[in-house]
Amino acid sequence: MRAYSRPTEFNWWLTNRTYFFFVVRELTSVLIAAYMVFLLVLLRRLAAGPEAYAAYLRFLGSPGMLLFHLVALAAALYHSITWFRLAPMAITLRVRGRRVPGATVVAANYAAWLVVSLVVAWIVLRS
Amino acid sequence: MIHRTEPLWWLLFAAGGSAAAVLAPVLILLTGIAAPAGWFPQAFPYEHVRALVSHPVTRLVLFGVIVLSFFHWAHRFRYTLAEGLALKRAWLPVAVVCYAAAIAGTVSAAVVILKL
Repeated sequence: MRAYSRPTEFNWWLTNRTYFFFVVRELTSVLIAAYMVFLLVLLRRLAAGPEAYAAYLRFLGSPGMLLFHLVALAAALYHSITWFRLAPMAITLRVRGRRVPGATVVAANYAAWLVVSLVVAWIVLRS
Repeated sequence: MIHRTEPLWWLLFAAGGSAAAVLAPVLILLTGIAAPAGWFPQAFPYEHVRALVSHPVTRLVLFGVIVLSFFHWAHRFRYTLAEGLALKRAWLPVAVVCYAAAIAGTVSAAVVILKL
């Protein structure tokens, strides 16, 4: 005998706000990966020479591509914020036998994120 | 096969999530918006960017964040397809296709970055 299991509806994630934002968070990885593909193409064009690089920058400057990168930036920020907020739930950190409060871990994550972003921006923009 | 190697895929997913969380926003802002929009014109001439990405540390970081983001995508997309679209019965082909795409991305990233 087999128990009846109700089939999952295709649109279950549209029925509830929490489910909807869960799927949005999953889909941020699609935009981040798509951006990484464009970054790889940029590196390839860079290796091909100055003309190829300039042409690709012009392509990236088209309204559609700028819009894509704005949406990808929003998705990446949403991913970063939710990822760092979840970290203390995935890992418990102990210092001298005492559990480090979740808020401290999240604050440390945000601080590390800010420092790394500033260092990367400084390395690229200094000259 | 996928079952037995599950910890490996999960580790790549977690590493990718962390790498993307730290680096993706600043990289998108720099290469996707600032450079094409012409902000900081002194920072993005060919010679300057070429010199920057020729450095072994830059290449290693770029390779790491690109490849790990692919595996992060593969893992999340796999579960979004299997559960989000209720394709649970097709979980093995879904997993194989997602991770194979990430592995293909890894190979092309290696080729591009080695040639820099």
